Amino acid sequence: MANLSLKNVTKSFGALNIIKGIDLEINDHEFCVFVGPSGCGKSTLLRLIAGLEEITSGDLTIAGKRVNDVPPDERGLAMVFQSYALYPHMTVRENMGFALKLAKVPQAERDARVEKVAELLELGPYLERKPKALSGGQRQRVAIGRAIIREPSIFLFDEPLSNLDAALRVQTRIELARLHERLGSTMIYVTHDQVEAMTLADKIVVLKDGLIEQVGTPMELYHHPKNRFVGGFIGSPKMNFIKARVGTTSADGVEIILPGGAKMAVPVSGASVKTGESVELGVRPEHLQLDEHGPLSGTVIVAERLGAETFVHVELSPDTIVIAQVDGGSTIRVHDQARLSAVGNACHVFAADGTALPALTQHPLVAKHI
Amino acid sequence: MNNSRNSLIAGIIGWTSAIVMFFPIFWMLVTSFKSEIDAVVPSIFFKPTLQSYFDVNSRADYLHYAWNSVVESIGSTILALMIGLPAAYACAFYPGRKTKDLLLWMLSTKMMPAVGVLVPMYLMFRDAGLLDTRLGLVLLFTGGNLPIVIWMLYSFFKDVPTPILEAGRMDGARFWTQMRYILIPISLPGIASTALLSIILCWNEAFWSLNLSASQAGPLTAFIASFSSPEGLFWAKLSAASTLAVAPILIMGWITQRQLVRGLTFGAVK
Repeated sequence: MANLSLKNVTKSFGALNIIKGIDLEINDHEFCVFVGPSGCGKSTLLRLIAGLEEITSGDLTIAGKRVNDVPPDERGLAMVFQSYALYPHMTVRENMGFALKLAKVPQAERDARVEKVAELLELGPYLERKPKALSGGQRQRVAIGRAIIREPSIFLFDEPLSNLDAALRVQTRIELARLHERLGSTMIYVTHDQVEAMTLADKIVVLKDGLIEQVGTPMELYHHPKNRFVGGFIGSPKMNFIKARVGTTSADGVEIILPGGAKMAVPVSGASVKTGESVELGVRPEHLQLDEHGPLSGTVIVAERLGAETFVHVELSPDTIVIAQVDGGSTIRVHDQARLSAVGNACHVFAADGTALPALTQHPLVAKHI
Repeated sequence: MNNSRNSLIAGIIGWTSAIVMFFPIFWMLVTSFKSEIDAVVPSIFFKPTLQSYFDVNSRADYLHYAWNSVVESIGSTILALMIGLPAAYACAFYPGRKTKDLLLWMLSTKMMPAVGVLVPMYLMFRDAGLLDTRLGLVLLFTGGNLPIVIWMLYSFFKDVPTPILEAGRMDGARFWTQMRYILIPISLPGIASTALLSIILCWNEAFWSLNLSASQAGPLTAFIASFSSPEGLFWAKLSAASTLAVAPILIMGWITQRQLVRGLTFGAVK
C-alpha cells in the first residue's frame, strides 16, 4: 500500500520560501513525475518526501500514517540520487547490501538478495568491482539496485538520467519504464526534461516557484494545459504564442482576431472573456501547417532540417516569431514568404492573466484515459 | 629549452634549501658521536665514540621521558580526534550562518603567543593539582591542537560529497554508523595525516611542557632542556640527548612523509 499524500506542505529556509503550499495525492503503483524549470522546488519536494529535509508546515502521509517526524529509513522509501552517491570504498556487492547489513539481515540471505537484484539489472559480472571501475551507466544501475534491494513501497528518483549521454539516456529511460512495469511499485521521479516526463509518467505534476501549476496525465497536459506556463512547458519545440483579440463568443466557441485582421474560430468557452479583450493564441509547432490561404503570414528566418521533419521559424511581425513543424521534404527556404494555418480545435486561447479558456470538448485520448 | 633550465634552477634551489635546513640536524648527529673535547671546537675529522650516549643515559632516565612523550602525544591526539571528528562533521555537513566565523575564531586563538597566558595557566594547573602530571599535559596539548585538528578534518570532510551521507541516511545509517562505515573509511588518509601532524606538534611542544612539568611527566623536550645547565654547555652530551629526543619523531616522519605532505596541502590543488 503506497498512498502518499501531501496536505498544504510548505518549506522555508529561514526567510526564503521554497515550497509555498502543495496539496497532492499519489496513488499506489503510480509513476508520478515532478517536472518544472530550475529552481521550482521539485528536488526540494522530493527531499521533503524522503525525509532529508524537514517539513516546515503541513502533513505528509504515507499509507495513512503521518510521517513528518519519521526518519528516512523508516518511511518505506528508497532513493536514487542524481550523482548516484555510491559508497566509493565499497564493492558493488557491499554497496547494494549495505542497507541489509544495517538492518542486521544474516549474511546468507543478504548474499541471495544481492545476487537476485544483480541478475535483474545485469550486474552479475561487476559485483566485486568498486564504483570507480564502472561506467556511468553501470554505476546508475548499481544505484537503482541499491534502492530495489530495500523492497520499498515508493521509489524516489532525483534526475537520474541527467548525468548520462544522450544515447544512454534514451536506453535507460526505456529500462526504467520496463522496471516500473515489472516491479509495479509507486515511483516518484524528478526531472527538468519534459520528454522524460511525457514518456514515463502516469501522472505529471508541473511545478513553478514552489507551487503546483497543473496535475494530470501526459495527454491531459498536452491537449488541455490549464495555463500559459504549462502550455509553454510541455511540448518540444515550445508552443507558439500569438497576441490576438477576442472577436465574438458563442456556444460553439470563441472567434479570435489575429494581427492583420484575419479571424479564427477556436472551440473554447468564452464565458470569462469579453469582445475586444486581449488574449493569446497558443498553437503548437506540429499543429501549424504551410497553407497558401492561411491567416498567418511572414518571412522565413530559419529552417532547421532534421530529415524527417523541418522546423521553420517564421517572423510574423518584428516581435512575433512562430515555429512550424513541416514535412521533411518541404523545399521552403530562408527569406521565402510563408503563409500558415492551424486547425481550430488544436489551438488554445489564454486570457490576459495566463489562464486557459476551457475547451468545449475533451480530446479523445484524454476522454479514454490513455 | 627554457623548461629544462627552469627545472635545473628549481632543482638547485630545492637541494640548497634542503641541505641548509638539514645541516643543523646533521651536525647535531655528528657532534653526538664526538668526545667533549672534539665537540667544543668544530672539527670534521674525529674519532667517533659512544661515550656521550652512555653519560646521558646514566644521568637521566631516557626511557622514562620518552615514554612520557609517547603517552602525551598519542593520548592528546586521540582526545583531539574524539572531539574533532564530531565537530568537523557538524561544520562540514550541517553548516549554519556562523560556522565560518566559528572556524576562523578557533584558528585565531592560535595566533596569540602562549606566554601571554602562562601565569593564569600555571595557577590553574597548580590549583587543580595538574602540575607535572601526564593528564595535565594531555589536556593542554589537546586544547592547543584542537583548532588545527578541526580545520584539517573539516577540509577533508568537505571533500566527501553530501549525497553519499544522504544515501547512508536513506539506508538507515545514523550518526555513529555513518562515521564508522562511510565517513571514516573514505577520509582515512586525511584523518591519518591529521593524527600524524598532531603527534608531531605534541612531540615537539617545548613551551608548555617545560613550564608545567618536571621529572614526573616531563617529555623529551624537558629531557633535552635538563642538559643545558648553568654549569656550562656540554655540547657532546647535549647533542646526544637531542638526537635521542628527535630520532623517534624523525623516523616516524620519514616513513609517513607522503601522508603528511598530502595532509598539509589539503585543498590547495583541486
